[in-house]
Amino acid sequence: MGGTTELTDVTRDEASLRRFLHGLPGVDAVGLEQRSAGLATRSIKKASKLWAIDTAISMVDLTTLEGADTPGKVRSLCAKARRPDDDVPPVAAVCVYPDLVATAKEALAGSGVNIASVATAFPSGRSTLKVKLTDTEFAIESGATEVDMVIDRGAFLSGRYGQVFDEIRTIKAACGDTHLKVILETGELATYDNVRRASWLALLAGGDFIKTSTGKVSPAATLPVTNLMLQAVRDWHGVTGQHRGVKPAGGIRTTKDAIRHLVAVHEVAGAAWLTPHLFRFGASSLLNDLLMQRRTQLDGHYSGPDYFSVD
Amino acid sequence: MDLVNWEYAPAPESRAIANLKPSYRMFVDGEFVEGAGEPLKSVNPATEEVLAEVSTASSADVDRAVKAARRAHDKTWGRMPGAERAKYIFRIARMIAERARELAVLESLDNGKPIKEARDTDVPTAAAHFFYHAGWADKLDYAGYGPDPRPLGVAGQVIPWNFPLLMAAWKIAPALACGNTVVLKPAETTPLTALVLAEIIQQAELPPGVVNILPGAGDVGAELVNHAGVDKVAFTGSTEVGKIIQSALAGTGKKLTLELGGKAANIVFDDAPLDQAVEGIVNGIFFNQGHVCCAGSRLLVQESIAEELLAKLHARVATLRVGDPLDKNTDVGAINSREQLTKITELVASGEREGAERWTSPCPLPDKGFYFAPTVFANVTQSMRIAREEIFGPVLSVLTFRTPDEALAKANNTPYGLSAGVWTEKGSRILWMADRLRAGVVWANTFNRFDPTAPFGGYQESGFGREGGRAGLEAYLDV
Amino acid sequence: MSDRVTVSKTYKLYLGGAFPRSESGRTYPVADSKGRFLANAAQASRKDLREAVVAARGAFGKWSGATAYNRGQVLYRVAELLEGRREQFAEEVAAGEGVPARRAQALVDAAVDRWVWYAGWTDKIATVLGAANPVAGPYFSFSVPEPTGVVGVLAPQRSSLLGLVSVLAPVLAVGATAVVVSSQDRPLPAITLSEVLATSDVPGGVVNLLTGHTAELAPWLAAHADVNALDLTGAPGELRTDLEKAAAGTVKRVLRAPSAEPDWTERPDIKRLRALVETKTVWHPTGV
Repeated sequence: MGGTTELTDVTRDEASLRRFLHGLPGVDAVGLEQRSAGLATRSIKKASKLWAIDTAISMVDLTTLEGADTPGKVRSLCAKARRPDDDVPPVAAVCVYPDLVATAKEALAGSGVNIASVATAFPSGRSTLKVKLTDTEFAIESGATEVDMVIDRGAFLSGRYGQVFDEIRTIKAACGDTHLKVILETGELATYDNVRRASWLALLAGGDFIKTSTGKVSPAATLPVTNLMLQAVRDWHGVTGQHRGVKPAGGIRTTKDAIRHLVAVHEVAGAAWLTPHLFRFGASSLLNDLLMQRRTQLDGHYSGPDYFSVD
Repeated sequence: MDLVNWEYAPAPESRAIANLKPSYRMFVDGEFVEGAGEPLKSVNPATEEVLAEVSTASSADVDRAVKAARRAHDKTWGRMPGAERAKYIFRIARMIAERARELAVLESLDNGKPIKEARDTDVPTAAAHFFYHAGWADKLDYAGYGPDPRPLGVAGQVIPWNFPLLMAAWKIAPALACGNTVVLKPAETTPLTALVLAEIIQQAELPPGVVNILPGAGDVGAELVNHAGVDKVAFTGSTEVGKIIQSALAGTGKKLTLELGGKAANIVFDDAPLDQAVEGIVNGIFFNQGHVCCAGSRLLVQESIAEELLAKLHARVATLRVGDPLDKNTDVGAINSREQLTKITELVASGEREGAERWTSPCPLPDKGFYFAPTVFANVTQSMRIAREEIFGPVLSVLTFRTPDEALAKANNTPYGLSAGVWTEKGSRILWMADRLRAGVVWANTFNRFDPTAPFGGYQESGFGREGGRAGLEAYLDV
Repeated sequence: MSDRVTVSKTYKLYLGGAFPRSESGRTYPVADSKGRFLANAAQASRKDLREAVVAARGAFGKWSGATAYNRGQVLYRVAELLEGRREQFAEEVAAGEGVPARRAQALVDAAVDRWVWYAGWTDKIATVLGAANPVAGPYFSFSVPEPTGVVGVLAPQRSSLLGLVSVLAPVLAVGATAVVVSSQDRPLPAITLSEVLATSDVPGGVVNLLTGHTAELAPWLAAHADVNALDLTGAPGELRTDLEKAAAGTVKRVLRAPSAEPDWTERPDIKRLRALVETKTVWHPTGV
């Protein structure tokens, strides 16, 4: 890999794309998992822990993606997003389905909290490009500042990389300045080699962020997968000089998990990625645990769940 | 882009956990006793402070210990049914696990290794060695050495300072399982955990004399291996001393096993899983400050990816945290002794003089204590001292190759032959290389893995005999 | 009875598959057990020994790399040829060892059978001495026995054929190559054996056989840095300690020998095979 010009060449046609993706270094699963487990043993205490908690809160995409979502539920979530706790600044974004974007927009007005909407026939991605585009445009028109699209895993797994690439490109074009996060649904890609290829594919197609999961498939975000995607954005930066972001989503519920992810951000991608511009947590229950642990750090004694609003 | 500076707060393990005592005594015939040798002071290499005073053995003490071991062998241990021996050894395994934290902290203090390595590798692997070998004690008939294989008698064992407790376990566990009794000399600079192990052995109620631990310097080791009452000698340490021992034992008929030095090649092909290869290289040479006989101290990288790999390697090595061994976030601890630090410094200087290109991690180092920043030499050639001599420190020599044959030729071009690493996604190439590498352990797409079931030991000047697995029992049986 | 004058044989060294005289030009007389002259044997020098080690090292790669099945075939073929020379061997053994013809024949038969025994081991050693190691982690780990390299053999002094076969065949069976110093006073069966080897399928250099003075050659063999193992079976008693010391200079594997030569007719075991192999442990992760 030697610069952006070569990268334009690799997306010239399906064959070039395939050659490039299949030419990426393989991933040894055991080695990757071992490295991730090693990073997870970092002991983050005192001031460094408080800093991590505050940073993690600022990185949360507070998410509700249920069939049962209602305007009331979304408004409640937005209130939490604006002011997670006394003296705690807002989270990065609220993430909802497209039809609830307008509600969120109203509830978040003036807060600086981003409105992320899933799109492209979330979560399965099984529809026509036309429907996916409409879905995206609807979300943006309703006020989404960020779009979390899903890739067509069926196309990816059957080797139709060009199709996946074109879809991301098309959605990115529709997004314009709206931030595009590309959900790989790593739990369905099954192998780390696939995760690496899909990450590069999404980066090549112009995704601003690569995101692990929809939250609807298990396993969702795991430390090794986040680690691997952080390697991809690190290497992308090495080749192009551009910073792209990573968003693990689903399954991160505790402060301990979140801090482990931040350690990986710090030590795999680098300190430059320790910002909500480049790293997010797609989560819902995580926020309260972060708040509770934060209180524990500040008060010097353990807190309890009843002291934090359930939204 | 705003660059944040996330400093991890110090996360030191409490020193109090080590239950450090002001003085330690040798363990002979089931009792802790004063030795008649000149007491030694064990130093914390991270701070240069004296940790404890340790009594050492005189030649009369060695004689007493060997005689105690002989009595124990003849009267109890050698005659005891294997199933009974097994239960004693299982007890030791369990008690090591129970006191794991204490042993880990003490090991880190005495040796300088990072607490996370003592905690996650040294101590659990030591317990595992006792647990594994305990099971052999009553199954030796099935070990492939014929029916009812007999022990050798008294084993004199001399171990190094790089894995003090783990090496004691590697030596004592198979010896006991096979029915031998033991006189073990821990290294001069790291005697403490072996003496806590002695305490465990005492608490496990092993008959007196079955295990004797004699601290001291090389002279005590020499007395021990040369003692006429010793039937078997096991030594782990430098090739230089190994040769002296082999020579000294000539004509005595004592059974000998040696686990000596190495200069392992870690070979990375252009189709390797690169990020994991980088981890394997880092683990291969910076684990335990590079104080590892099987360290991957020579990186052989295919020329076509050398530049890319080296860039990744530098970036990764720069993230290694060097410092207080007791800090749970420390990746690279203290060099075990001033003497070793001097040796490393001298060899690194030779590398610079001979024209290799030095890169050293910009990591901060503590003001006191023995430390050496992780160092990578590029443009190393086979003839340089840093490519041929064992540095036993956090210093990697990088060489390049073009073809598998060249990689193999360079890898095998050493009088050592302890270990080797191969990194490639191509299965048939792994097996081709593994078949041809003249080394006792070949790690493919991994490095520095140890397990009591997997035989470990060297070719050529890296020694002979194996430790671990069925093969490892041979060293302690009269077969 | 014919008055025909027999064609007597010149006994030479067996080196790298060829039969040279000693580079020193030296020979020494070989007598039978009653002291009657039998032949002049080449008296190898340290330079011949050096050449022998070079030949053995050169042959090691191919021989150790051959399949175990192939080595078994090659070694079995040697047994077939030995069988064909039973009478010649019996005469030489009888003359050299001073045993009755019947006893000599039994010793030769035992030697052929010994060779067959080891020929059958080639493809079983790894099964018996190797292992899949059940390590506690996501790895496949296995251990295989591999030939130690070039083996220096000081052949038994008394048992000139059966003893020789008993120490040489295991070297070949594991895939190692040999530099053999034959029985000093009873070298003729060794030379005949080398003729058998030369006409068999054993590649040149796999076995190198030197006749001469053991005490002169042994120290050079023991100290040679390119020799991996040393079999002291036929070493003169007074030299053994020194030879072991010399072997320590390069950490050689040393096969010590009891002071009295063993009874070679006893059933063999795998001790020698074990002593001539290195256990290599290989690890690989198991993951998707």
